[in-house]
Amino acid sequence: MTAKSQEALGDSSPLAPATIGLWTAQISSIVRIELRRSLFGRRAILTWLLAVTPVLLVLSMALFPPTARWIADADVRANVWAYLFETLVLRAVIFFGCAWSFMNLFRGEIVDRSLHYSLLAAVRRDVLVAGKYIAGVLAAVSIYLPTVLLSIALTYLPMRTGDAWRAITSGGGLKAAAGYATVTILACVGYGAAFMAMGLFFRNPIFPALLAYGWEFINFLLPPVLKQISIVHFLRSISPVRVSEGPFAILAEPTAWWIAVPTLLILSSILTVLSGWRLRRYEIQYGVD
Amino acid sequence: MTAASGDRIVFEDVSKFYGEILGVNRVSLNISPGITSLVGPNGSGKTTVMNLMTGLLRASRGKIRVLGFGPDEPEMLFRLVGYCAQFDSFPPGMTGFEFVASYLGIYGYSRRDAVRRAEAAIDRVGLTEAARRKAAGYSKGMRQRIRLAQSIAHGPRVLVLDEPLNGLDPIARAEAISLFRSFAAEGLHLIISSHILHEVDVMSDRVVLLNNGYVVAEGGVRGMRDEMSEHPMQVLVRCDRPAQLAAKLFERALVVEAVAQDDGRSLFVRTKDADRFFASIGEVVLSSNLSIESMAPVDDDLTAVYQYLIETGGSVS
Repeated sequence: MTAKSQEALGDSSPLAPATIGLWTAQISSIVRIELRRSLFGRRAILTWLLAVTPVLLVLSMALFPPTARWIADADVRANVWAYLFETLVLRAVIFFGCAWSFMNLFRGEIVDRSLHYSLLAAVRRDVLVAGKYIAGVLAAVSIYLPTVLLSIALTYLPMRTGDAWRAITSGGGLKAAAGYATVTILACVGYGAAFMAMGLFFRNPIFPALLAYGWEFINFLLPPVLKQISIVHFLRSISPVRVSEGPFAILAEPTAWWIAVPTLLILSSILTVLSGWRLRRYEIQYGVD
Repeated sequence: MTAASGDRIVFEDVSKFYGEILGVNRVSLNISPGITSLVGPNGSGKTTVMNLMTGLLRASRGKIRVLGFGPDEPEMLFRLVGYCAQFDSFPPGMTGFEFVASYLGIYGYSRRDAVRRAEAAIDRVGLTEAARRKAAGYSKGMRQRIRLAQSIAHGPRVLVLDEPLNGLDPIARAEAISLFRSFAAEGLHLIISSHILHEVDVMSDRVVLLNNGYVVAEGGVRGMRDEMSEHPMQVLVRCDRPAQLAAKLFERALVVEAVAQDDGRSLFVRTKDADRFFASIGEVVLSSNLSIESMAPVDDDLTAVYQYLIETGGSVS
């Protein structure tokens, strides 16, 4: 041990008092650690595999068009993409991808027996929750937003370059892409908060996640009031193209975007606060968990 | 926060139950700076006490203050406390240096400060050369040391170490004990749990003996031994005429048992009043013209206290 090292350890703590500035610095550090884990850790492999699925599907449809109308009719492609987005991207890729990565924000660290390192740091536990949640959202958006935008771009592949450019810029393509991007981001925000809470409240969060999937899946059968107790209802309400839910669906008016977006954000905030409350009471018992 | 509680670790009637299973029951402690060892068999409650102290567990009953702060105030408590827990695991993919530096970032240290402190802590545990290797690939002793570095990197005033000597070779153990002593000399609280009794005996200022979730005894090892009046102290005396010495000691009721050893020059005695025995033996020797070569208590250590209090279920008077 050198005298310098002893001096460095012995000096009084230069930490600032608990203020917004300190919390911001702490959240930045947590985000850095978590982003690395969520994007490049071994658990990220499943997320990446899910994310490339729609891209590969749309690419295969562009290279091997299913019908002649798929090449000729932009509306057909838009409708097929809208259907793919809702059934595959939203209800499968983003739902299960967020379930996997957000439940593992805490549950993964419990399994790895490394959560105590974070709980033993001089940081409020709700700040820890906020940092992990922000990192989870950033990671999910960094993975699924390019997936969605690339898939949309690939739907224009059968068109000639000039036609495709016109369709994007003046045919409403850009606006639709922005709409899908918004839905994707809000899906990550909403599902992320829900699954992070499940990871903290349940020892085995798979079962509540499957229950949530079932509830979201039967949303089209629910009466209008119950439809609103779901995330997918608000996401569908702000989707650029409304997809038919089939002959058995109970129809309901979509929620206006200016209600749907704040509702999703408020719901996510409430779930994040609840997660913070749960972590404040959390006890490390790796053997039991 | 009172001045008295400001430099102490205080447990007031603390109990912890895991459902219906007892973790610790009615533990009251008042720990001042220095090295305090928690000793007891597996399942006695040592780790539970440490986890309660650091908020990893919540007390079912009672109150805990560490230098005036409660476990529910992590943002303040862990500026002062470092805990090297027994969990031998690391966040996947991190080097030893990244492991120490990244968690300093969570405290709110700037990148520059975190790097400086991480380097200093790793240097202090003697792991600088291996710092850039993946922590998961470290030997058990290196893992122990990097976790120790992580727990001291923010310059805590209280260091809680759960079985810190586990997995260390004899040289590393000696170095670790020396390091702990240097921390204690700097005025830190060290709370250490260990199974290696003779090392605990050597390094501890005080000992808390736990058994089945209860504090069986607390204090200095010598003081604890002295208070075990029902358990005679054993002393080995080397002298020229053991039989005559034994007779004189029985005559004055200084011992309850005396056994001459086979070598013909040693006497093994058991006394219920060690103070009186040591105060009187000089007079006995002089009056009988005996020659004593050496005299030493053979159970005046933590092992004896542990055996008496825990293995035989004895009590301190």
